[in-house]
Amino acid sequence: MESNGLHQADFDLFIKQVQKYVLEQLVPCEKEVFELNRVPEHIIIEMKEMGMFGVTTPEKYGGSGMNISQYIQFIEEISWAAPAFRAILSINTGMMTTAILKCGTEEQRVEWLPRLAAGEIACFGLTEPDSGSDAAALATRAVADGDEYVINGSKRYITNAPLADVALIMARTSSTNLAKHGHISAFLVPMSTSGVTVGKPDRKMGQAGAQIADIILDDVRVPRSALLGGVEGRGFMAAMQSIDSGRFSVAAISTGYAKRILASGLRYSMERKAFGETISNFQLIQAMLADSNAEIYAAECMLRDGTAKADRGQRVTTEAACAKMFASEMCGRVADRVVQIHGGAGYLAEYDAERFYRDVRVFRIYEGTTQIMQLLIAKAYASRVLRPVLTRDSYIQSRRITKPDRKWQVFK
Amino acid sequence: MKVLVAVKRVIDYNVKARVKADQTGVDLSNVKMAMNPFCEIAVEEAVRLKERGVATEVVVVSIGPKAAQEQIRTALALGADKGVHVETDVEVEALAVAKLLKAVVEKEQPGLIILGKQSIDTDNNQTGQMLAALCGYGQATFASEVTVSGDKVEVTREVDGGLRTVALKLPAIVTTDLRLNEPRYASLPNIMKAKKKPLETVSPADLGVDVTPRLKTLKVVEPAKRSAGIKVASVEELVSKLKNEAKVI
Ligand SMILES: Cc1cc2nc3c(=O)[nH]c(=O)nc-3n(C[C@H](O)[C@H](O)[C@H](O)COP(=O)(O)OP(=O)(O)OC[C@H]3O[C@@H](n4cnc5c(N)ncnc54)[C@H](O)[C@@H]3O)c2cc1C
Repeated sequence: MESNGLHQADFDLFIKQVQKYVLEQLVPCEKEVFELNRVPEHIIIEMKEMGMFGVTTPEKYGGSGMNISQYIQFIEEISWAAPAFRAILSINTGMMTTAILKCGTEEQRVEWLPRLAAGEIACFGLTEPDSGSDAAALATRAVADGDEYVINGSKRYITNAPLADVALIMARTSSTNLAKHGHISAFLVPMSTSGVTVGKPDRKMGQAGAQIADIILDDVRVPRSALLGGVEGRGFMAAMQSIDSGRFSVAAISTGYAKRILASGLRYSMERKAFGETISNFQLIQAMLADSNAEIYAAECMLRDGTAKADRGQRVTTEAACAKMFASEMCGRVADRVVQIHGGAGYLAEYDAERFYRDVRVFRIYEGTTQIMQLLIAKAYASRVLRPVLTRDSYIQSRRITKPDRKWQVFK
Repeated sequence: MKVLVAVKRVIDYNVKARVKADQTGVDLSNVKMAMNPFCEIAVEEAVRLKERGVATEVVVVSIGPKAAQEQIRTALALGADKGVHVETDVEVEALAVAKLLKAVVEKEQPGLIILGKQSIDTDNNQTGQMLAALCGYGQATFASEVTVSGDKVEVTREVDGGLRTVALKLPAIVTTDLRLNEPRYASLPNIMKAKKKPLETVSPADLGVDVTPRLKTLKVVEPAKRSAGIKVASVEELVSKLKNEAKVI
């Protein structure tokens, strides 16, 4: 199905407002975000009022119905500012909205999508203390009990857990692993449900202001209507369906933030003098700027191509993985070069380069590590390249078998 | 009371303006354009008057090429009710703008007209004043506070020596200064709703105004490059440098 998304003129107007908002409000607010270690309430309210939590929600559920290309451009724009601002809304606009839209029942869509679009904050609970990359090995259990499910377990590194109103909790509904991860179901759990507790926000390397924490589920009782899609065993599918857009989103923040980082490197290189010249005159500095610029452009191209395919209804799991892997690694290289351009100043907390370097490290880890992306891409590549050969062989094979058959039929 | 607000499409304030190679003007090709910041303040003030129940309708007018509709639609998304686009590809001079606005004023009959004190592209600072003269209305330029009561508007103006408060009989012209208010951002839902608001297009000819330029731009050049200044540690050092290096005292 082709997705035209939001009316293009409306989208263009909105993007201009976002750019303005980022420069005039978000960037100046960064220091406060780092000191408080959270996004201040007035900013969250403004972001809600601007409709940012509902950008991907279809109009009939109270949102604006951006398609993936538009959504990813929006994330790229907002990612000029510190990652905490994207974190506060991206679970709503990405994972959560996609999962409910694609896998929820109509009742669940009607109940939750308008609330999420209006800015009730969501978190996404997949990772556990003993399962991360191997997500399907999760241990959290949901057991049916009359009209309810009882959920026990714990979730780790959950973005927005300390301030979320609702969580999508992945839990097993079968103690043994089933084919196609059919043992995993997803539950819409209001964070106010009795038995849900949230750990202290974790102290992290970077991305100050974006909070993550454990969620502990202790005999949490939810009605059967909380089971996403109303059928057991759809949880992993929900997670995987939303993970493509999640990966594009990490690629988008990697690209958007890399632009900001490189701009700070350029500015510094034009101010700093060494050997009687501004360092931007040195070709080795120019090489770092040029390489970074070219790589940012490459990531942008991947994003444009991948998301355009997604909007045409194509499967984009490989494209999303490629974009996520390339853009996150690229952003790491750009942040590293910009520290280098700053020299000693790049190592000091006084300059942004130091925090950029710490902030971007996690892009290569969450929503699937670079290694997991590599596995996925290699596997998909092999099956894509090898399949035509196999089909051709089996095609010839099948001709050999059916021909005599036909002959035999004719003779008869 | 109806409020008329004039908005202009200008080069975005974040863009570094460059002069065209042939020195005929500023290069606007592929440059990000936006609503003049003082006009944003004017729209915000009008919308606030409406939210306070003082104004009943906010009409926004822009004069310029087809693309200026983007700024009108932004104003509609910010809360204006109706747009008027005076479409022309001519670079309209301040006096012609004032004449066009007067024609719109005659048609719309607003009780209050709010404009930016100047547009950041040409920095003329004259359209509001000219419009006031053409309409025969009172004017309060450089407003930092606007209070409407009954058939009067009280305006605090930012003047060189401080603040001056004036009272004008309505209808009146107000031009905005930076500290009047802090404009809001257009929300996505309001941008989408703005599509349904009326936007009327007219031509200068429809309004009976001749917009042929009367001024000729001879050439446009970049400001002369200045080398970076230096910091001095003390008054003594400053005086010595002014005496011995700059030789100005
Ligand atoms: C800031 C932050 C926010 C997060 N937010 C969320 C969230 O909101 N919701 C959520 O559910 N999770 C979240 N996570 C968790 C994140 O998705 C996981 O940390 C990530 O998937 C990696 O899992 P892990 O930490 O268990 O690492 P592990 O799976 O233990 O991996 C350890 C190392 O082994 C490598 N590895 C693992 N398997 C293989 C293999 N088969 N072949 C080769 N190498 C392998 C990995 O690449 C990695 O280098 C967040 C994490 C962070 C840091």
